[in-house]
Amino acid sequence: MVTVNAIKKGIVIDHIKAGYGIKIFKYLGLENADFTVALIMNAPSNKLGKKDIIKIENAIDMDYIVLGLIDPNLTINIIEEEVIKEKIKLKLPERVEDIIKCKNPRCVTSIERDIIHVFYLVDEYSGEYKCQFCDEIYFHSEV
Amino acid sequence: MLKGRHLIDPMDFSVEELTQIFDFADKIISNPQKYSDLCKGKILATLFYEPSTRTRFSFEAAMLRLGGQVIGFSEPNSSSVAKGESIADTIRTIACYADITVIRHPKEGAPKLASMYTDMPVINAGDGGHQHPTQTLTDLLTIRSKLGKLKGLTIGLCGDLKFGRTVHSLIKAMSRYENNQFVLISPKELQIPDYLRKYLVENKIDFKEVERLEEVIDKLDILYMTRVQRERFFNEEDYIRLKDSYILDIEKMKQAKEKMIVLHPLPRVNEISIEVDKDPRAYYFEQAKFGMYVRMALIAKLLGVDE
Repeated sequence: MVTVNAIKKGIVIDHIKAGYGIKIFKYLGLENADFTVALIMNAPSNKLGKKDIIKIENAIDMDYIVLGLIDPNLTINIIEEEVIKEKIKLKLPERVEDIIKCKNPRCVTSIERDIIHVFYLVDEYSGEYKCQFCDEIYFHSEV
Repeated sequence: MLKGRHLIDPMDFSVEELTQIFDFADKIISNPQKYSDLCKGKILATLFYEPSTRTRFSFEAAMLRLGGQVIGFSEPNSSSVAKGESIADTIRTIACYADITVIRHPKEGAPKLASMYTDMPVINAGDGGHQHPTQTLTDLLTIRSKLGKLKGLTIGLCGDLKFGRTVHSLIKAMSRYENNQFVLISPKELQIPDYLRKYLVENKIDFKEVERLEEVIDKLDILYMTRVQRERFFNEEDYIRLKDSYILDIEKMKQAKEKMIVLHPLPRVNEISIEVDKDPRAYYFEQAKFGMYVRMALIAKLLGVDE
């Protein structure tokens, strides 16, 4: 078992689906961080079997909508003085703006300049999103 | 309140709002002269980014019969669109000239996009294979006028149920009225898409899927025909086995109820034999007339000039 020290002040992203930790790490640009960060992969988990964890020894801004799209089941713990000050549970966002791009060649987004791609959640259980223009369905796992 | 609204998706309006439109269409049908000046001084813009003579004429005739005027283009090459103008820019310019706009566009969602840039009512007159809400209004008004109701009906839809957008919209629209039953008649390859089947199951709508029209035609109150294209079949054998089953002829009509009505979104190719045209139950040409009346009612309601 690998041991990573607790952090004093920062963020712990827990319960990340195994394999998705690296995606989130890259999305947050943590490879260029000048503070302490840890990416733990395939840690044992009662709930998930295996999970990834990211520990960040710093306060950083993050877009919960994007994180929710990458993995809606993860938990964000805000740490201060080595204790969890706030626990944020994510879920799939209802509306997603300019993150998913519609790939339907028949969609108006394929020809109109400067158009904002907007998707709405249609089924939380299956993670289906619908393009607001052409109704094409995407799954959050495709993002 | 329908004044100032857009019509982009057939489900944009509630059942009550549809009733208001149909009631007003009935008034126009019974006394068209009374409404011939209703839209005097109003301008309808028809922006047809792809040709569609039938739908464009229907809208233009509707506005002219209400005493309004019409501007627009019927193919984009002769307009600013050819110079590369965006839909967002075009609609904002048109809104300076017209009171209401109708858009047909080959790209899905184009009318929706236009509606996001203006307060002027925008009507979707077909966006690719996506939506064509005024066809659905036409179908509903025809059914209501001919059968006197929109509920408690057995509706047969025959032919290409997979790619036919008019079929999908009609099923969704009619499933909002009580006790309607759907009989979906098509080859396996051309059955309704999964999302629509899921919609019917989730909403506990009574439906069954069959392969042959002959088996069910005697049960139907409405027969909505669409064209089955040879190239949609996976193999020639199935096409030969089933092709005649999707052609409505006098023989099949003999089995049908005396009061059944036959509808078709037109244009027809060979899926309804011309001999059926003489049958009093054939309503597909009259359906086009109801299309104009329902567009008259829709224009008046969206402009708020119906009082």
